[in-house]
Amino acid sequence: MKIHEYQARNLFRKYGIPVPDAVVCHTVEEVEALVPDDGKLRVIKAQVHAGGRGKAGGVKLARTKAEAVENARKILGMDIKGYTVEKVLVGNAVDIDKEFYVGLINDRNNKAVTLMVSAEGGVEIEEVAKVSPEKILKVTIDPMMGLMDWQAREIAMRFFPDIRHARTAADIFRKLYALYLDTDSSLAEINPLVITQQGDVMAIDGKMNFDDNALFRQPELLEMREVTPDEQKEIDAHAKGLSYIKLDGTIGCMVNGAGLAMATMDMIKLYGGEPANFLDIGGSSNPQKVIDAMNILLSDKNVKAVMINIFGGITRCDDVAKGLITALDQIKTDIPIVVRLSGTNAKEGLEILKSTGLPTVKTMSEAASKAIELSKI
Amino acid sequence: MSILINKNTKVVVQGITGRDGAFHAQKMKAYGTNVVAGVSPGKAGQNLEGIPIFNSVGDAREATGANASVIFVPAPYAADAILEASYAGIELVVAITEGVPVKDMIRVMPVLRQRGTQLIGPNCPGLITPGECMIGILPGNIFKTGNVGLMSRSGTLTYEVVNLLTENEMGQTTCIGIGGDPVAGLYYQELLQLFENDPDTKGVVLIGEIGGDAEEQAARFIKERMTKPVVAFIAGQTAPPGKRMGHAGAIISSGTGTAEEKIKAFAEAGVPVAKEPSQIPGLLRAQM
Repeated sequence: MKIHEYQARNLFRKYGIPVPDAVVCHTVEEVEALVPDDGKLRVIKAQVHAGGRGKAGGVKLARTKAEAVENARKILGMDIKGYTVEKVLVGNAVDIDKEFYVGLINDRNNKAVTLMVSAEGGVEIEEVAKVSPEKILKVTIDPMMGLMDWQAREIAMRFFPDIRHARTAADIFRKLYALYLDTDSSLAEINPLVITQQGDVMAIDGKMNFDDNALFRQPELLEMREVTPDEQKEIDAHAKGLSYIKLDGTIGCMVNGAGLAMATMDMIKLYGGEPANFLDIGGSSNPQKVIDAMNILLSDKNVKAVMINIFGGITRCDDVAKGLITALDQIKTDIPIVVRLSGTNAKEGLEILKSTGLPTVKTMSEAASKAIELSKI
Repeated sequence: MSILINKNTKVVVQGITGRDGAFHAQKMKAYGTNVVAGVSPGKAGQNLEGIPIFNSVGDAREATGANASVIFVPAPYAADAILEASYAGIELVVAITEGVPVKDMIRVMPVLRQRGTQLIGPNCPGLITPGECMIGILPGNIFKTGNVGLMSRSGTLTYEVVNLLTENEMGQTTCIGIGGDPVAGLYYQELLQLFENDPDTKGVVLIGEIGGDAEEQAARFIKERMTKPVVAFIAGQTAPPGKRMGHAGAIISSGTGTAEEKIKAFAEAGVPVAKEPSQIPGLLRAQM
């Protein structure tokens, strides 16, 4: 789960990480009412769940009230990587002396949280990692001890020659780690962390993602959740025990198991088609799941053919076939459907499906080519 | 021979009175696995189809000598169940539970390391040494004794591949589903080493997917340390970036973890990568 910059800033503030004052506005009128004509430099930032806002024109400076209003008008409603800007953050610009990057991630390889710090602040860390990885200092945090005082200080002192700055930075690292743990975060970035010309160390921009598996124990985070219509569809599917991701192709697919579902999409592509979605119905022959899944698939108007790919393991293919028949009876559609059954009792399953007149096949390759062929009729 | 489990493995089922735990405990027993005990706090003295139930893993181990455990307890309590098994002295813990918070897994890892507990999963289908022992939720009937080792981040895709191997008369020594979570127990490198050391394993199939860089590391390991042939398959070439593809760990983030990078890494290590699952048996046979 992702949150906006302003929400991350609120969390930072709650944990005592210094951030400059700023206010969220939803309309141009709000910006107009907020900003006094005092000649102070302000920054107006789009609040969307996408990176690269600056490059996309979603971050603008304003010297006057008129300029602030004008820029807010430009940014509100603009599209950034498929997200419509509905909010802007308006705050005083800070006189920056130096910028740094600070980030926490779950490191798969070390099976621990890793703290990353770089003097290349304000730039996307992925860019730095690609071009000059040696500029990123990475420290694995011992899960039993947490980020220790001396450790945070040692790291900070490499970047901040003035011990006063270093102490504040070390304190910020530890507070960020506490926030990270408390919220079951999977990514927490301060980018940039700055030293201002006045000598203050503060977080200018923040980004936080959270572990979806832990949302059950993070009710406060759920209140911050904002989703696009496509994401809502994915969340609704999840509530029905389905895992669904919409894509742009024309071949809808319904598969049991995530790995097999990905392999099915790849197969469609390999045989010259484009998958319309990822859809994992999990391991059961429950007809209701198939009905729900079909309804989701068919609500996508791009879908020209459907490929059902089931490998019967514990779930027997004959049970799956019976479930499919029950489900397909209830769904009236002209979209061609290809069914592939393999594994436990596949022969019996295919026999049962014969009565439906649906094209049935035994291998994934056949299913993919057949579905593609039918999508073109 | 085999790796990790064999006919002498004694299994305790944690969460045996839950729906999934009860169902799969019986499936494992029916397959021939030596299921010696179940655990369900407050239900000591009861039994499930003859499998004695204990209050704790410690009690179960003391009474039965169980040396492996399989976990079916719900996600919020799964990490604690892993710790319980580890502290009871269980050597191999297989966590089937899906949806365990990553923070919980990070917290248990140092304990497992310290106590020498081996963990498979979480969010995995388990493992099997055909004809001897199956721990987890794998469909035993599709496996066959033989000399291919297999490891995979997925469930049904594994069955798909195993079925193809079995149909092609290529039986298996041990097959392991390592799970789809970003932070998990035994991974490719440890398992590749075990297969390399197992005299009966003559070739290995590695089924990977998008997310992380474990496949790239495995490729380097194979190049440097493996003498036995390995064939790979990577799922998720058409997956869009930034979207979690069912498995929590299957996500391309910030442009890394793509199928392309992984396939390239295997190619550089001289490991053939199948374009589709049906090519796997042929590619492996050519190498063996």
